Amino acid sequence: MRQRSLVILTSVLTTGALTLTACGSRNNDSKGGDSGNITVTIGVDAPLTGQNSATGLGIQYGAQIAVDDANKNKTVPGVTFKIKALDDKAIPATGQQNATQLVAEKDVLGVVGPLNSGVATQMQQVLDTANLVEISPSNTAPELTQGKDWQSKKVRPFKTYFRTATTDALQGAFAADYAYNGLHKKKAFVVDDKQTYGAGLSKIFKEQFTKQGGKVIGTDHVSVGDRDFSTLVTKIKNSGADILYYGGQYDESQVLTKQLKDAGAKIPLFGGDGMFTPTYIKTAGKASEGDLATSIGVPVDTLPAAKDFVATYKAKKYPGDYGTYGSYSYDATTAIIKAVGQVIKDGKLPDDARAKVVDAVQHNSFDGISGKISFDEFGDTTNKQLTVYQVVNGAWKSVKSGVANPK
Amino acid sequence: MNTLPQQLANGLFLGSMYGLIAIGYTMVYGIVQLINFAHGEIFMTGGFGALTVYLALPDGISMWIALPAMLVGGALVAVLIAVGAERFAYRPLRGAPRLAPLITAIGLSLALQQLVFNLYPNAKAARVFPQLPFGPYHLGSVTVQSGDLFLIIAAPVCMAILAFFVRLSRTGRAMQATAQDPDTAQLMGIDTNRIIVIAFAIGGLFAAVAGTAYGLKYGSVSYDMGFLAGLKAFTAAVLGGIGNIYGAMLGGLVLGVAEAMATAYIADVPGMHQLGGQGWAPVWAFVLLILVLLFRPQGLLGERVADRA
Repeated sequence: MRQRSLVILTSVLTTGALTLTACGSRNNDSKGGDSGNITVTIGVDAPLTGQNSATGLGIQYGAQIAVDDANKNKTVPGVTFKIKALDDKAIPATGQQNATQLVAEKDVLGVVGPLNSGVATQMQQVLDTANLVEISPSNTAPELTQGKDWQSKKVRPFKTYFRTATTDALQGAFAADYAYNGLHKKKAFVVDDKQTYGAGLSKIFKEQFTKQGGKVIGTDHVSVGDRDFSTLVTKIKNSGADILYYGGQYDESQVLTKQLKDAGAKIPLFGGDGMFTPTYIKTAGKASEGDLATSIGVPVDTLPAAKDFVATYKAKKYPGDYGTYGSYSYDATTAIIKAVGQVIKDGKLPDDARAKVVDAVQHNSFDGISGKISFDEFGDTTNKQLTVYQVVNGAWKSVKSGVANPK
Repeated sequence: MNTLPQQLANGLFLGSMYGLIAIGYTMVYGIVQLINFAHGEIFMTGGFGALTVYLALPDGISMWIALPAMLVGGALVAVLIAVGAERFAYRPLRGAPRLAPLITAIGLSLALQQLVFNLYPNAKAARVFPQLPFGPYHLGSVTVQSGDLFLIIAAPVCMAILAFFVRLSRTGRAMQATAQDPDTAQLMGIDTNRIIVIAFAIGGLFAAVAGTAYGLKYGSVSYDMGFLAGLKAFTAAVLGGIGNIYGAMLGGLVLGVAEAMATAYIADVPGMHQLGGQGWAPVWAFVLLILVLLFRPQGLLGERVADRA
């Protein structure tokens, strides 16, 4: 008998483990307001645990603050908004499941997210078929809005997909321009993580850096989850490169930069918005000093309109980093909220509310906390601002803001 | 500049860590013919145990005092979990078909990951691990980091102690006897249950040293660090000949060096540019494993033994 009870205990443990992995952790931070009797849900999809979760949580709580503000200010009279946040763990297939789940819930009228361009590629079709609007605060891969052949012929693949972030075509070019003309670097070693975002960004950087007159003297690829880069940094150190460009997320680059500096290579690591987070500096420590990252928009702390947002985020002690995508998530959520406000008639939602919300978002234009929010014919933001940040005394400091002019 | 010495060293450091983890797979397999797939997670909990001790110590404490305490704390946690897994998950299934404990091991692996993920404070992303405050050292053209230094001292020392223990102590000889024939060993008066517990405990001990080394080397520990490291270490154990403790260490070193060489040099071979680099390193490691197993199915140091009925 005792044997059997242990067997049962073991199987319970096993089943428990499987159930836990299957469910993951779903946060349902919905706080009902009392501003109306119709409830509209805005779905959020981002990595909330594990890889990329520091910046992903910034998206979730950016959206949460936008919804709380709308409920408090009665932006849309008669409607209470709430957030349904799903964790995609930065895995494309999980993002697709989440999209399917959001489509199935009738009161979801818009989706904010995802964080990763690779995840977006798997969500677009699902949401487009359901006429459900999707606004990403952080996707930067050009093909998401301009099609596979965006360099020669731009074709918008999905009419329901929008973004408040600008594209890597501009971000990569802006970085290449700053590396060559601002930092006077001539020889770059380019590494990426083989993901849609990282590979795309580093490819654009390579092209623009070469066009400027610089030389790409080596390339390599790492895998998501890699933690040992010792062989790679030996290669980089001996290549004579004077800058390392990394296309990917902070999870890998924070370890890469530490191992690079430890090995004695005194060259900066330059990356994109995926590594513009305080977590990068916290993990890499002193090794991150002098490293650079481009990010979309202008620094959130300098935007007067974002002051309340930052104050609320800090006051509520939300986890994650608001600085990377928080304000863009706030604006993306607000764009959906405003669209719902235009669609609603006599306190009622029309039958084809989802399709009407898509139209309303397309033609929307308002002043958000990150700048003017409006979308062009591809669903891209018309705000093309970019900023280069550098780690100075253990904090990201903006060194140059501007608009990219790809050559 | 010739990079070969540095790349070889990189491979050896990485390989030492694989070897330390591989000991746990090989010890357990040698005695109960069980592939303990939860061993990667025991390695992970060892790292978290060491981190917990560090966090419990007063701020700004010297690493010379903290490190031994961290090793003891990590070892306690890892050994406790390894022995607990044996007692509550594997022992009840000892008479069952081999597939049952294997599936249990996989379930246990997921359970441990989720437990740390959900219960350890702020473990949903990587947690920063303290660093040794010295180094790097330069020996000719080779740079050695403090974390690597810890590894190349700890791995041979642990290995030597284990070798002496298995060869010379009464318990060690009882382990060899149990590995050869558990039934006869029991008839000779050896408490095989105790021997099996010791095998799991030694595996946990080595995993804790490896987990601490991982934290020192990479600057962080995370709930999912055991998966890939465990898989690589299992590969190392098979490569070296599963069941053989020297094979596990050798397999680890060969695997580490093979990965380093593949990352560093395959891309320079004419026509192979697309097949080299960091991303391809695991592929080449597994190509090597398949080649070794084709010509020596028992692994590098393994002995061909008739399958016991």
